[in-house]
Amino acid sequence: MSFWSRHKIFETNSIILIIGVLIVISIGGLVEIVPLFYLKSTIEKVEGVRPYTPLELAGRNIYVREGCYNCHSQMIRPLRDEVERYGHYSLAAESMYDRPFQWGSKRTGPDLARVGNKYSDDWHRDHLNDPRAVVPGSIMPSYPWLERTELDTSTIAQDLQVQATLGVPYTEEMVKNAESDIRIQAAADDPNAVDLAKRYPNAQSRAFDGNPQKVTEADALIAYLQMLGTQVDFKLYDNKANVR
Amino acid sequence: MAQAVAPSKGMTFGEMGSALAFAGLAFLSIIIAAKAHTPEYAFHAYLFAAASAAAVFAIVNRYYERPAQLPPLTVGGKPNYNMGPVKFGTIASVFWGIAGFTIGLLIALQLAFPALNFDSAWLSFGRMRPLHTSAVIFAFGGNVLIASSFYVVQRTCRARLAGEIAPWFVLLGYNFFIVIAGTGYLLGITQGKEYAEPEWYADLFLTIVWVTYFLVFLGTVMRRKEPHIYVANWFYLAFILTIAVLHLGNNASIPVSIFSPKSYIVWSGVQDALVQWWYGHNAVGFFLTAGFLAIMYYFIPKRAERPVYSYRLSIIHFWSLIFMYIWAGPHHLHYTALPDWAQTLGMVFSVMLWMPSWGGMINGLMTLSGAWDKLRTDPVLRLMVVSVAFYGMATFEGPLMSVKAVNSLSHYTDWTIGHVHAGALGWVAYISFGAIYCLVPWLWNKKSLYSMKAVSWHFWISTLGIVLYISSMWVAGILQGLMWRAYTSLGFLEYSFIETVEAMNPFYVIRALGGAFFVAGSLIMAWNVWKTVTAGEAAEEAPQAMQPALIAAE
Repeated sequence: MSFWSRHKIFETNSIILIIGVLIVISIGGLVEIVPLFYLKSTIEKVEGVRPYTPLELAGRNIYVREGCYNCHSQMIRPLRDEVERYGHYSLAAESMYDRPFQWGSKRTGPDLARVGNKYSDDWHRDHLNDPRAVVPGSIMPSYPWLERTELDTSTIAQDLQVQATLGVPYTEEMVKNAESDIRIQAAADDPNAVDLAKRYPNAQSRAFDGNPQKVTEADALIAYLQMLGTQVDFKLYDNKANVR
Repeated sequence: MAQAVAPSKGMTFGEMGSALAFAGLAFLSIIIAAKAHTPEYAFHAYLFAAASAAAVFAIVNRYYERPAQLPPLTVGGKPNYNMGPVKFGTIASVFWGIAGFTIGLLIALQLAFPALNFDSAWLSFGRMRPLHTSAVIFAFGGNVLIASSFYVVQRTCRARLAGEIAPWFVLLGYNFFIVIAGTGYLLGITQGKEYAEPEWYADLFLTIVWVTYFLVFLGTVMRRKEPHIYVANWFYLAFILTIAVLHLGNNASIPVSIFSPKSYIVWSGVQDALVQWWYGHNAVGFFLTAGFLAIMYYFIPKRAERPVYSYRLSIIHFWSLIFMYIWAGPHHLHYTALPDWAQTLGMVFSVMLWMPSWGGMINGLMTLSGAWDKLRTDPVLRLMVVSVAFYGMATFEGPLMSVKAVNSLSHYTDWTIGHVHAGALGWVAYISFGAIYCLVPWLWNKKSLYSMKAVSWHFWISTLGIVLYISSMWVAGILQGLMWRAYTSLGFLEYSFIETVEAMNPFYVIRALGGAFFVAGSLIMAWNVWKTVTAGEAAEEAPQAMQPALIAAE
């Protein structure tokens, strides 16, 4: 019996063929993916990365809804020009609470991993309303409806609860206060902003879209954009401690 | 058919069960619609309710219309093939092809002329781009795969398709999933994972459809009259199985509520990234490659009337391809926060993948040995052979781009878009066009296509389109990659980001022109298919149940 005729067993028996296929396609995925869950070096140890505030999370969900990832990456590679253009290369720890991850695969527009605090809120609002008003050569679509649409906050506590179930360190207190935390963060000088900052260190609170009367989708999205990449203090971060 | 006693008519288990299941789904959908958190989700729930109600009606109606006896497995000693679902899938793929290519043309134009976003949420690029990718990959490609697999598995097994309701559920359910997914993107319902955008309820429904698809396919293979399973069916089987595994792994998510379209994925950050590209790259490897290689292994030998070049090569091709593809995902994450060891593994396997890919290409091309002259006379065969050549080109370019040094330049640029379209337009769409051009006369029992000249026109117009598309994207991608990393003599970055965007404009216009040619070609195809079905000359006799010769094992 030649070597090739041994293959007959797969060709004449559909169940054996199926089992063979399943084994062969499982190996690569198992070898590459499973270790990411137990190798401690996969995610760096850093200070400062916290879960998103309810407003930032709502903004992130708008980012996902509008498909921003189709044109903007959130992953700075450790290449000289990228680090000079965008800032410190991205750490795995910085997206550890991201569900889904939004690293992206295309830069039709620039990387956004560290866009936080680079532009003013007004700039963001004008840019979202009409990108070409502030960047003449831009080919980004306009998003004028974000500023007009009030943010739906009715289910945000459920959002936090589901994330907590999945392992994001949202406490009961955070879930309970989720809806009011949105209003606190999107208002200018709310007295409860101190409590918010206790729950979410370094959370910025203000009327992001310039209108303190109502909480809009633009408020949420700008709050999210303004915190992107700002959590880790790279003056204190030791690259060598996390060489992998 | 003189029967003394008519057999008593009764609903089959499948009819009864599926009617009840759909009735239950309709009821559940109405409850969800009433309590839905968002109007968009309520709209989808009503669509589910309406489709389920229509399904119940169709099943019951079908039961009253049909004779007491179910269709026999054989008629006069010949298999009684069930080609209805295949016909539906073939027409659906022509329709979705045109829709998907046209949306592609629109988003190409949006990048050149941003006013075409019309300041509208529904039409904005970020929502239209997933609509384009899903329409071409899953709607067009998926219907081609399901239709052709149902054709090929019946012919090569000489057996009637398993199930009566089930094959129709696969086709109609799959197309309903596409409608839900596509309208969802426009309404802003998305998971935000590339090529896996549909939300949890659409994913759940697709899972049911896909398991049914697997069972119908396997059931038909098990009915086969031939001892050996033909090579095309190995590839179809690997495609169906692996897509199921990938779909479940990458869409593992928890909905915020059954009344909400929103869900959160169980993976996060770096793990989510690798699960996503394990899925994403193998959507290419198994949906867009293994499935279409199955088409190659059936339709090219059949059309060229030559046996597959090498039986042994097809064995090596099959096992090495499915083994290596799975490893290649990390090349989408070079230089990211994914650990280096995973990136390196991904790169090594991507480079090795070149070999099985070219083994398959050689097996397809060399099948024409002794029949090369047909390329001059048969434009359908020409489409398929050129598709295999594009497959060879794209599978050389892919390993090249997976090398980290090359990837540092190509990643995030339009070079990737060009590479994808070399594969998608050149390979996937061309082999699909070839299969459609073969299938339509066979299915509708026509002598040949209405117009061979139109096939030639389709071929040349769309080839010109592809050339414009991929060459403009090469230039655009490499130019942008080089501009991003260009330094002045003083050591500053030479270009601001917006300057690199502005430099892309002429190439985006050329690309859109290429896309327009491709759309024009597909319209010619639609016309030709329509004319063949409605006005084609009938074949004298039913096409024989001949199949490409499989060289038996020694």
